[in-house]
Amino acid sequence: MSAPGKNYINDKDGIWSWMTTLDHKRIAILYMISVLFFFLVGGIMALLIRIELFAPGAQILDGNTYNQVLTYHGAIMVFMVIIPGIPAILGNFFLPLHVGAKDVAFPRLNLASWYVFMLGAALAISTFFTTKIDTGWTFYTPYSIKTGTAVVSMVLAAFIMGMSSILTGLNFIVTVHKLRCPGMTMSRIPLFVWATYSTAILQVLATPVLAITLLLIAAERTFGVGIFDPALGGDPVLFQHFFWFYSHPAVYIMILPAMGIVSELIATFSRKVIFGYTAIAYSSLGIAAVSFFVWGHHMFVSGQSEFAGVVFSFLTMLVGVPTAIKMFNWLATLYKGSISFQSPMLYALGFLFLFAIGGVTGIMLATVGLDVHFHDTYFVVAHFHYVMVGGTLMALMGGFYYWLPKMFGKMYNEFLAQVTFVLIFVGFNVTFFPQFVLGAMGMPRRYFDYLPAYESLNRISTMGSWMIGLGFLISLYVIIQSIWKGEKAPANPWGSKTLEWTVPSPPIHSNFEVDPVVTGGPYEYR
Amino acid sequence: MAWMMFIGKAFAQGQSFMPPAATDIARQVDNLYSFLLWASLISCAILIGGMIYFVIKYRRKTNNDKTAYISHNTFLEFLWSFIPLVIFLGVFAWGWDIYHKMRTMPENALEIHVFGKQWSWEFVYKSGKSSTNEFYVPVNTPVKLIMTSQDVLHSFYVPSMRIKQDVVPGRYVGLPFLSEKLGDFHVFCTEFCGAAHSQMLARMKVVPREEYEAWLQVDESMMTLEERGKKYYNDKGCVACHSTDGSLKVGPTWKGLFGRTGEFDDGTKYTADENYIRESTLNPNAHIVKGFAKGVMPSMQGQLTEDQLNAIIEFIKGLK
Repeated sequence: MSAPGKNYINDKDGIWSWMTTLDHKRIAILYMISVLFFFLVGGIMALLIRIELFAPGAQILDGNTYNQVLTYHGAIMVFMVIIPGIPAILGNFFLPLHVGAKDVAFPRLNLASWYVFMLGAALAISTFFTTKIDTGWTFYTPYSIKTGTAVVSMVLAAFIMGMSSILTGLNFIVTVHKLRCPGMTMSRIPLFVWATYSTAILQVLATPVLAITLLLIAAERTFGVGIFDPALGGDPVLFQHFFWFYSHPAVYIMILPAMGIVSELIATFSRKVIFGYTAIAYSSLGIAAVSFFVWGHHMFVSGQSEFAGVVFSFLTMLVGVPTAIKMFNWLATLYKGSISFQSPMLYALGFLFLFAIGGVTGIMLATVGLDVHFHDTYFVVAHFHYVMVGGTLMALMGGFYYWLPKMFGKMYNEFLAQVTFVLIFVGFNVTFFPQFVLGAMGMPRRYFDYLPAYESLNRISTMGSWMIGLGFLISLYVIIQSIWKGEKAPANPWGSKTLEWTVPSPPIHSNFEVDPVVTGGPYEYR
Repeated sequence: MAWMMFIGKAFAQGQSFMPPAATDIARQVDNLYSFLLWASLISCAILIGGMIYFVIKYRRKTNNDKTAYISHNTFLEFLWSFIPLVIFLGVFAWGWDIYHKMRTMPENALEIHVFGKQWSWEFVYKSGKSSTNEFYVPVNTPVKLIMTSQDVLHSFYVPSMRIKQDVVPGRYVGLPFLSEKLGDFHVFCTEFCGAAHSQMLARMKVVPREEYEAWLQVDESMMTLEERGKKYYNDKGCVACHSTDGSLKVGPTWKGLFGRTGEFDDGTKYTADENYIRESTLNPNAHIVKGFAKGVMPSMQGQLTEDQLNAIIEFIKGLK
């Protein structure tokens, strides 16, 4: 029994108690602060890109600087925001609570993962003060071998951050298998846990391939070994196979946890048992499994054989099925529910809206004969922003607002939170929908300058980006304001049924005063 | 909203936003695209419309609303797995068919060699004729581009023909097409290739056969040294980064370059004479002019003959 009034935040004092903490909740907060900072940096890069593209020709950047800004935007958002975002912040905080555990299986490894992550992030940011990097986040060879920029530092940074990702994944797999409380069978764990668990499998199995690939780039640049460099008899297309063998599963590392959050939000704010629990849980695993065999759809025009293109197109279509299943299950959960429109639910509904568009455009891109036209145009840019921002970031925001009362024991300003939703949702569509049209018209991506025919749509897109920026800025204010002087949060403000809402807000250091015993499913709204 | 009006107008006119189709394949791609666009609109109407309908109909009325307890429905779940699967497989087969046609090399095609390089496209014909960033093909004739790259990855993209192919150093890739339409078509580089990636544009002129034959015959051996320099300025891709009118591009302008004095980034002074131009061209990283980035200019060692370099210097001298 801990002393009354004690919780994980005031359990120990001093910065050192945070820097050496083994508490999964405190580590989640460390991740939260770091990721929010990197999101701010990546977001500023995004705004710079959009300002530059406000009109044809040079506005505020030159071609070289534009390429650097573009690379930092991509690399920071992928490796330092979206991949660690949901698992390392919300997963770290709530996965142990969800399964009724006191902590993750390996608390020291958990803390180590944050330090490893910060080391990689520091190395990545340090390149900004040297020769910078201009390859795009994909590091395609042979450009990445020839360019005079800090490729070696950047790929080592991604390598190190990948290591952190593996540690987090490993921790989650063991926690889910070994630390579930009595009665918490695999068919009773919340769907957020299923999603994070599927993600963890991907993190552990796919990331080593990226690690090797990045090391090969470093070796190629440093020693000239000639694996990818055609001048030395290497094959630059081989790099793309290696790279996407990780980076396609990585797309699901980014989206699966978001789907998990959406399942929680929709059940809670409809006060209804989730429709098709088993189907949603297994579709996460199904997506994770098939995602290893679709990497070639990034390479339909790379020079791979026609046969390979056709096979990858077929397999990619198969991923569409479990994704469609999830969409229909969420929809069916709304049926005959009692739906409230608090800000987390607004974000979840925003997710469904945007992910539907991201999904159908994904099928267009999977259609090999059509992808040839869309490949490397703004159509692709629009598609993956609908999935990564419209999907993952919307869910992350919804999750933040949903769990903020539990994490800090404070309520936030609901009105302002709804304003942020409207700004981000509308701004997002204004920014990215025109990019589908630009792509169909043939505007290539990663273009610093463009033909006058594309100007009006680009201008609209840039204006939308300011709305998104404002929305996130207000969100930051809402979060800080709630932590600073929000009203005290009750243990269960939303009437949810999962375990984290049975303990006080914020939870005590060891999560549960009394070890929980579970006798039913996670969504028993009767 | 402006963009909604734009899209509404385009739909009303039956447009799909694609550039006008110049080939039979492009029309087939457009048919598939139209089908998918409508299928997507219907799917989104079901998903998003259904969502909006449900959230309005089942919005919370009192805080003690009774909700239904529906855990699953096997028949429904089968339906919404199976129907998408059938649609996806149908679309897959349709896309495969078109892809196969795109990739099938025609017999007796007119072959043109294409070289991608930072940052220009060079076209070489069987007659020995070569051109840069602009090339001619006869209408209604099967053409096969045989492409390779001299440095990094590029990608050859003709939006009007819906065709695209990465151009890879160290291997040849073929790209067939048959234009039924006369016209002047954009060619974009769509694989990121560095500082002037978005300036790596070319024009494809589809012309009647007589005009094509006439273009092939133009003789270039009687040019002055300076005229030839100008041609190499365009052909070798200098044009992507160096202006001749004083405007600032990726590299220093050539206007008034000869005889100019200035400072390198290490503080030493230079005067732009013949040897300065020679070093800047063949060994560009030896000295960097203040204000410009190292490693951007590719070395032209082995790509320019002595004679060609002379011609370029002569051309620069003329740019007062």
